[in-house]
Amino acid sequence: MFYREAGQFKTSYVADSQIFPIRQDRIAVCSLLVVAFGILPWIASEYWLTAILVPFLVFSLAALGLNLLTGYAGQLSLGTAAFMAVGAYASYNFQLRIEGMPILASFALGGVCAALVGIAFGLPSLRIKGFYLAVATLAAQFFVLWVLTKFPWLSNNSSSGVITAQKISVFGVDVDTPVRKYLFVLGVVTLMALIAKNLVRSHIGRAWMAVRDMDVAAEVIGIPLMRVKLLAFAVSSFYCGVAGALYAYCYLGSVEPDGFSLDLSFRILFMIIIGGVGSILGSFLGAAFILLLPIFLDSTLPTIATVLHLPFTNATVSHIQLMVFGGLIIFFLIAEPHGLARLWQIAKEKLRIWPFPH
Amino acid sequence: MQFFFEILIGGLLSGVMYSLVALGFVLIFKASGVFNFAQGAMVYFAALSVVGLMERGLPLWAAAIGAFVVMILMSMATERFVLRKLVNQSPITLFMATIGLSFFLEGLAPLLWGNEVRPLSLGIVDEPIVSIMDSTGVLVSSFDLAAAGIAAVLVALLALFFKATSIGRALRAVADDHQAALSLGIPLQRIWVVVWSVSGFVALVAGMLWGSRNGVQFALTMTALKALPVLILGGFTSIPGAIVGGLIIGAAEKLAEIYVPQLLQSQFGGNFGGIEGWFPYVFALLFLLVRPEGLFGERHIDRV
Repeated sequence: MFYREAGQFKTSYVADSQIFPIRQDRIAVCSLLVVAFGILPWIASEYWLTAILVPFLVFSLAALGLNLLTGYAGQLSLGTAAFMAVGAYASYNFQLRIEGMPILASFALGGVCAALVGIAFGLPSLRIKGFYLAVATLAAQFFVLWVLTKFPWLSNNSSSGVITAQKISVFGVDVDTPVRKYLFVLGVVTLMALIAKNLVRSHIGRAWMAVRDMDVAAEVIGIPLMRVKLLAFAVSSFYCGVAGALYAYCYLGSVEPDGFSLDLSFRILFMIIIGGVGSILGSFLGAAFILLLPIFLDSTLPTIATVLHLPFTNATVSHIQLMVFGGLIIFFLIAEPHGLARLWQIAKEKLRIWPFPH
Repeated sequence: MQFFFEILIGGLLSGVMYSLVALGFVLIFKASGVFNFAQGAMVYFAALSVVGLMERGLPLWAAAIGAFVVMILMSMATERFVLRKLVNQSPITLFMATIGLSFFLEGLAPLLWGNEVRPLSLGIVDEPIVSIMDSTGVLVSSFDLAAAGIAAVLVALLALFFKATSIGRALRAVADDHQAALSLGIPLQRIWVVVWSVSGFVALVAGMLWGSRNGVQFALTMTALKALPVLILGGFTSIPGAIVGGLIIGAAEKLAEIYVPQLLQSQFGGNFGGIEGWFPYVFALLFLLVRPEGLFGERHIDRV
């Protein structure tokens, strides 16, 4: 009823190859953007902007990057946080060392640096795959963090590698208030999400999916495996690198190498598992879920504890959080391996015939 | 030269400890094709159970048996609630499920037994052996030597178990293909419980040895990360590979930790310690580029 494609005829190739071919999707996306750009900055409190919306967007971008690699190209990676760190530190250095460098350019160059590191650690993917590759990306995780702590030049000789992000301004507008930071991050993320959406339905995305489904078969039908895999690593690391730069500049302000720990990599992996592996929308849903869950648990667990008269400390809460995280991962893998994005798809299919069952 | 040998032997002996954790991985992978990321969490869980039971007044041997029972219960629960539902899924899915499992165990263990760092004494003294020191001048810790002995016995037992028992053969069949094993009438679910229990036992031994050296604490979960390069080097399916890989990684890591920072320092200046964290990975990775299946791994042939 509400989500009906019948009657929407595409009469030209242009119409057939739109990003969102169904009218309801277009309306939904447009109204979402209007709300995000036009309404949220006015009604959201400072806490919501700085502690929830900005990190949500940043993590969504990182999850999107990982999803391109793992969900679309099928290369499991456990080094996402390392690529984020490269992006953050590289942007910092470009901004620091080159006079008058526009911030967007240094973000982009930070992403390029992350992409180069990603290609370097993606090289083994030509010889090895699956678990072996996951361990190779772990090598990236540990190596990058070690380099960042041991070469003080990278953090401008600060103690223990802490960097403090410089003030940024985009096209002459200072990005200093929560609302401006939010709008800036939102703009970057929207643009990059649209590019990703387009990328995965282009010949590149199709090649990635072919490699994911069966790389030997993909090679047989003429897909250049090496180029396609390395491109996946490069694009994915670029996204993660930009996410890292935004993480440092617009969310935390100052970061240290240990902030980009293996734990962060796992959290981003969880985002794509729960959100939906191989889905752009899933990256956003997963990021929201993983980000909101601890906040939800923090606020509800003590209440439950007092109701049940259980002795609860902060440590207990954090242990239960770990258990809930682990349990949810397993639950999602069993019950809905395609994640929250699949639930949305099911909802759309139901809406198509609602209120009649047939 | 004497210094070199001392580091080499120290490295080899600590490599034995890595092998112990890697063994648990190999067992589960060999027997069910699951890459068990939760092995480190199992080591932590087992060690914490021993300490927790001892705090409740049990002697060491009883606590160890009690912890083994806990690990068996965990295996049954894992089979019942995780693996049974994921039969015949892709290896990556199973791997991610074990990441979930490891988070669950890392939360559950301190919830049950408390999270403060506690010592665990096995009654083996950690002192240099005098006779070896007198004759060769090389320091060898008696604790390390005892650990190596325990590991050797464990490996011999496991090799026998896989080669000579019918359960061992069934395990290998399951690893090849879940579906085929099921249709041959191999009780997949029982096999899974058995193999996870055995690997829980290995985790228990590893946890007690590591725990008595470094204290029983959350850092034990990191043992899994130490074992991964060992696995890559040795091959995922080979028990001897886990041992040899452990020895090589242990020795290479300690030697690199001593000599590489000096080299870097003379080049760039500054302090370059702590390469232990990544060196094993890069080392194993470079090795993989030469031989992608590891030292003793089986060559994998793709069919389209």
